Amino acid sequence: MNSLKQIFPKGDLIAFAILAVLLAVVFPLAMDVFRLNLVGKYLTYAFVALGLVLCWGYGGILSLGQGIFFGLGGYCMAMFLKLEASSPENTAIQSTPGIPDFMDWNQLTELPWFWEPFHSLSFTIIAVMLVPTVFAFFIGLAMFKRRVGGVYFAIITQAIAAILTILIIGQQGYTGGVNGITDLRTFLGWDIRTDSAKVILYFVNLVLLFTCLVIAQIIRKNKLGRILVAMRGREERVRFSGYDVANFKIFVFCIGALFAALGGAMFTLQVGFMSPTFVGIVPSIEMVILCAVGGRLSIFGAIYGALLVNFAKTSFSESFPELWLFAMGALFISVVLFFPNGLASVYQDHIVPRFKKRFKKQGKPVAVKPRVQTAKNQPNTTEKTDDVLTGGTL
Amino acid sequence: MSQKDFVLSVEGLTVSFDGFKAVNDLSLYVDEGEIRVIIGPNGAGKTTVLDLICGRTASTSGSIKFRDKELTKMSEHQIVHAGVGRKFQNPSIYEDLSVFENLELSYPKGRSVFGALFFRRDQAVINQVHEIAEMIFLQDMLDKPAGLLSHGQKQWLEIGMLLIQEPDLLMLDEPVAGMSVAERRKTAELLKRITKGRSVIVIEHDMQFAEEIADRVTVLHQGQVLSEGSMERVQNDPKVIEVYLGH
Repeated sequence: MNSLKQIFPKGDLIAFAILAVLLAVVFPLAMDVFRLNLVGKYLTYAFVALGLVLCWGYGGILSLGQGIFFGLGGYCMAMFLKLEASSPENTAIQSTPGIPDFMDWNQLTELPWFWEPFHSLSFTIIAVMLVPTVFAFFIGLAMFKRRVGGVYFAIITQAIAAILTILIIGQQGYTGGVNGITDLRTFLGWDIRTDSAKVILYFVNLVLLFTCLVIAQIIRKNKLGRILVAMRGREERVRFSGYDVANFKIFVFCIGALFAALGGAMFTLQVGFMSPTFVGIVPSIEMVILCAVGGRLSIFGAIYGALLVNFAKTSFSESFPELWLFAMGALFISVVLFFPNGLASVYQDHIVPRFKKRFKKQGKPVAVKPRVQTAKNQPNTTEKTDDVLTGGTL
Repeated sequence: MSQKDFVLSVEGLTVSFDGFKAVNDLSLYVDEGEIRVIIGPNGAGKTTVLDLICGRTASTSGSIKFRDKELTKMSEHQIVHAGVGRKFQNPSIYEDLSVFENLELSYPKGRSVFGALFFRRDQAVINQVHEIAEMIFLQDMLDKPAGLLSHGQKQWLEIGMLLIQEPDLLMLDEPVAGMSVAERRKTAELLKRITKGRSVIVIEHDMQFAEEIADRVTVLHQGQVLSEGSMERVQNDPKVIEVYLGH
């Protein structure tokens, strides 16, 4: 591990601070609970975008199937919540009380074996993190060890996302089918539908998101991050520098899956249901777009990208619901055409230099003025001149 | 000569691409500490031989023994760990990383996933990087992105990336291609310095350069050894003259 200063240089610390203030102070103060809950939902996608920054931006592995992991994480959490909501008292009117309602509608008379362990919260938490990661590990093992990459890998992940959606929809009795797992109420007896719960969940979400951000930052600033960058451009060279490239790809793909899964679980908790519409091809591509718009090379860009695109989606689809997909497509195409590295690059290339310029411009005139005045009142202004000058030249 | 004296012994090596034998029943022995130059017309299979040795291409039959290890069964990174380093024909460096980071990544430590995650840039690494950078004339460029280097400097950087791996067998594919006369001279000097204590296989088109550095020369033609020996002997071999002047 490198020292803290190497992992968190000043610029990144400021970015962390700005993001923290925006998300933890400005939004909660400026928004009502309904809007804040929406932001919380958007931020669950930011987890996925963050994982994609590492996978795609750094490692060059484009996955069009992050919805798989988002969904698996979300479903694990939903299964726990659904079991809690399906207590025998709550489901007394069913022909088989004590099992989830959709199972009862599908003539199931017994809880399937793989649902049983989800009675336990600790098992659920482990499953949320482990199931998607292990699944990603096996996908990675099968693909990367055989040196399947690039477009082929993207297509295969997309196919898996499609298959998983079909599986979930087809196995209605076990998964809730196309409606998903709905009507989730309490978390260990604590009602997650109340306003106060939503605010608390928003902050839990933030804590998790920042944990993931810190993990991403550590990976990025470590030798591992540099190997990913090297691999993106010159896979062969990395191999001939003595690295087993497949292992690094598997690792970063698993990290991406883990982040996505946490996002999915938090989505279920905040939105109150999980359905196959968050698993398939369309949401998976949407997640890539979030990452591309924000900037696939910037972990902060990914968060802002997730927020902005989803804000746009909500406000746009409120007025023109049918047009949203076209707008989304146009947004993606224009970002790829004009800002291949997303909003983060616009910030880096246009806003930062302008800031610096303005800072210099402001510095100079102020610095010149006192010099003229120095004839009148020397003692005070000379000190000031020095200050401003050093400030200006910085 | 006993088997033990060879650092690399290639025997009966054949590779066939859809029936076309790019390398055909080739045998080649490289001594400890020797600089071997492989020359030959285009399509003779020179680069393919290097590809076979470093594991980039799988052989159809034959054996490649490096010390006591059979390389044909090993994957690329295992061959690197065994002590074989390879430089590609076109400079193959990490353009997005700085010169320092390029060298650091090639430093033989922290090569597993978790090794890389917990890798520390300690003083030993820094010293080694500086030492190599000085050797390859890039000591003032350490913080520059490698993508900004000139073609010749990129070639040097790749040689440096190999050196820091401390391989016992160094394979260089046209190290002076595309270099200016001055750069070429510097490279010859560099090669002479770095080849001490290790065996080197160089593919080269430039006869003058080959003559300058070679202990022995192997001429390949149509995937087979046409002639082998000192530069002088090879140059006077009628078979070689025919192949080179015949077209």
